Amino acid sequence: MSIVTLQLGQSGNQIGFEVFDTLFSDSHCSQGLCSKRENEAYQAACKERFFSEEENGVPIARAVLVDMEPKVINQTLSKASQCGRWKYGQRSCFCQKQGSGNNWAYGYSVHGPRHAESIMNLIQKEVEKCDSLSGFFIVMSMAGGTGSGLGAFITRNLQDQYSNSLKMNHIIWPYGTGEVIVQNYNSILTLSHLYRSSDALLVHENDALHKICAKLMNIKQISFRDINQVLAHQLGSVFQPTYSEEGSSHYRRNPLGDLMENLVPHPEFKMLGVRNIPQMSEHSLAYSTFTWAGLLKHLRQMLISNAKMEEGIDWQVRPPLSGAPTLGKMPVNRNLHFNTSLANLVILRGKEVHSADLGGFKDPALYTSWLGPDNAFNMWKTQRAFNKYEKSAALVSNSQFLVKPLDMIVGKAWNMFASKAYIHQYTKFGIEEEDFLDSFTLLEQVVASYRNL
Amino acid sequence: MTQSVVVQVGQCGNQIGCCFWDLALREHAAVNQKGIYDEAISSFFRNVDTRVAGDGGSISKGKICSLKARAVLIDMEEGVVNEILQGPLRDVFDSKQLITDISGSGNNWAVGHKVFGSLYQEQILEKLRKSAEHCDCLQCFFIIHSMGGGTGSGLGTFLLKVLEDEFPEVYRFVTSIYPSGEDDVITSPYNSILAMKELNEHADCVLPIDNQSLFDIISKIDLVVNSGKLGTAVKPKSLVTSSAGAFKQRQEKPFDAMNNIVANLLLNLTSSARFEGSLNMDLNEISMNLVPFPQLHYLVSSLTPLYTLADVNIPSRRLDQMFSDAFSKDHQLIQADPKHSLYLACALMVRGNVQISDLRRNIERLKPSLQFVSWNQEGWKTSLCSVPPVGHSHSLLALANNTCVKPTFMELRERFMRLYKKKAHLHHYLQIEGMEESCFSEAASSLSALIQEYSQLDATKSMPMGDLPRLRVAV
Repeated sequence: MSIVTLQLGQSGNQIGFEVFDTLFSDSHCSQGLCSKRENEAYQAACKERFFSEEENGVPIARAVLVDMEPKVINQTLSKASQCGRWKYGQRSCFCQKQGSGNNWAYGYSVHGPRHAESIMNLIQKEVEKCDSLSGFFIVMSMAGGTGSGLGAFITRNLQDQYSNSLKMNHIIWPYGTGEVIVQNYNSILTLSHLYRSSDALLVHENDALHKICAKLMNIKQISFRDINQVLAHQLGSVFQPTYSEEGSSHYRRNPLGDLMENLVPHPEFKMLGVRNIPQMSEHSLAYSTFTWAGLLKHLRQMLISNAKMEEGIDWQVRPPLSGAPTLGKMPVNRNLHFNTSLANLVILRGKEVHSADLGGFKDPALYTSWLGPDNAFNMWKTQRAFNKYEKSAALVSNSQFLVKPLDMIVGKAWNMFASKAYIHQYTKFGIEEEDFLDSFTLLEQVVASYRNL
Repeated sequence: MTQSVVVQVGQCGNQIGCCFWDLALREHAAVNQKGIYDEAISSFFRNVDTRVAGDGGSISKGKICSLKARAVLIDMEEGVVNEILQGPLRDVFDSKQLITDISGSGNNWAVGHKVFGSLYQEQILEKLRKSAEHCDCLQCFFIIHSMGGGTGSGLGTFLLKVLEDEFPEVYRFVTSIYPSGEDDVITSPYNSILAMKELNEHADCVLPIDNQSLFDIISKIDLVVNSGKLGTAVKPKSLVTSSAGAFKQRQEKPFDAMNNIVANLLLNLTSSARFEGSLNMDLNEISMNLVPFPQLHYLVSSLTPLYTLADVNIPSRRLDQMFSDAFSKDHQLIQADPKHSLYLACALMVRGNVQISDLRRNIERLKPSLQFVSWNQEGWKTSLCSVPPVGHSHSLLALANNTCVKPTFMELRERFMRLYKKKAHLHHYLQIEGMEESCFSEAASSLSALIQEYSQLDATKSMPMGDLPRLRVAV
């Protein structure tokens, strides 16, 4: 089954390119550490999901590119055609002349209604090229105007028009210290709207990716390209093919459906995050070896201590002791720093993957009381190595890890809202104070629900 | 991509405008080696086939034939505009883009605004409409003028109302040269205050600039360049003040160095909209991010570096110096000290080989020494444009919405009151039809209200703001 990707705004298009490039490079990589036949099956599965074929054999990304001004799309198209190995469809772009000005209201209320029809037509064409549709992957940022505002509008349209298909929105969480001054307003409006119309929100934080570039990849002068490549690596490790059952030799057909089934048991809880291990520069990779035990131990601790990467993990954090109350010492504040999960999915790729022991993730103490590990935990795997990493493990998690960042954004937006700063820019285009209040209410609810896991 | 139209009004406005067009041509020539008319150039220039008579002959693609500036030149005296039309830039302008008169406004805002305003309203509208028609997607009007005289100040602000009525969706960015204390036009305080009221009400964004600051910056550059302190020579073409290596050689006049700084400001302001980069910033984003309340739309600007040494490899220390300089009061284009006042918002527009990590490192470094208003503690808007300005490997334009403009406005009000209390020279204004004393008192109150808003914000500076109680939801 295929996934149709919608790249929205500057962020969405820059990232989308890196994702397709990573998926393609990996599927054509010679260091797969598996048999030729297996490699071919992997390639074919990846291709079916993400690329369609053109007459002269150059794969075309199953993507629709949307931006309200032309510079980024032009750049993206030329980058793809320059590398020559895959490309975007010639008529898969929708572009206007003037951007959204970082204004969510403009993206949602002006660009949305004006251009929805054209954009939905492009999406329809892409859907028709698929034999079978798994769903939509929408790449966007929250901080700007197009990805966020127009993204919210289009997602709602997708919900109306393709009510039987799944939608996963990939969201870029902006740097805590501004890229855009009104980013907190744009973020709360985006999140509250998406919560109503999307099936899952997969979040990547710029701050976290930045740290990975600095500490793990040792990049001195970090550019957005570097950040996007780390992101693409993480997404690739989630979306590349994996086997469908224990011991099965067929690749999983419906990645989005399976992801939703495994990770979103309840519509109140839609926020997903990704962790990936190991992550390092190609140079260091040549000198490193890993064991599954070591990798999984780190990954588990990353989960429960809410670490974003494998360096600087707080090993003091422990899951709460289940069962009887302790004698004498009462644990203070049910482990404030402990990250409770609703559902987890671990994806293993590479050598000797069958020997990996995932017992640590099946501990009921990791999970909330109303969903035990039998339902909450899942594992996918393939022995085909990913992106030249002999062994790699990814964790997609529906847990409390976004509570603090979300709380912070809501808090800052609330402070700004109280002073009414910038509100006139939104009311100018039909987003009123009540809309803001509705968003605040919804998100406070989300924060509270996650806190009580 | 969008287009912008520059409207240069009065002697000062036209002189700066002239420098701007010269530098714009230089910049595009450096970037666009193949001579193809592309979207970046079209933001400020039309491509015209001069063989075709009349107004047609606009070519939208292909090789550059003849570039015409998207500009309207207005002056009530002929001197400056005539000079432009006889100078090396004459081919860039169209005689149909000019509105001139002979007698001048006599340094009288009322003459510029009321007399010439009504006299030329139709013509102005017609020229503006024409220039708008030539645009595929017009986003912004840039108005350049001075505040202290009669034409730039009076007619320039009359224009604003016309633009607001006729093109309500198009942004109005105004570059205003404010008179310094020792201005030789006695009535400049009157003209400025009367103009301020119009700026308050009809401009989207104002970039106030004063001659004294420009002069100080020039002096500083001269000092450094001539002192021999620099180990290696200053890179040619890198002086922000110079038109050396310009597209068309102009005779450098005394104000040219100062005008070049303002011209560079405008180029850098629009660079991220014209050229590609990893984090673009369009012109509509400037207003969105930097104007939290409609009346508070005055942005203090600073431009660094002012010259580049011939080093090829810029160590990051020097890059960091560029960021530090942007916040020093010596680099501001008006007499202001943003570091010691309150920031409402700040934009950093970077050009050249600078990455997001450099930007973030410097924001982190400088943040502790700056005060931001409590509801906008992270009030930074940033952009990265890959194309550096000519002669530099990188540059930074900082735009600050900061209460440090208050002293400038207060001083202006001071000077105004000194004249007004004695009713000095008032009759020159009141004899103009449509002018009454109430015009003056209203203008003064408008300014006072603005100053009051800044004062209120300043008062919040020392108050620690706790987090406001949040909405509580039942779980």
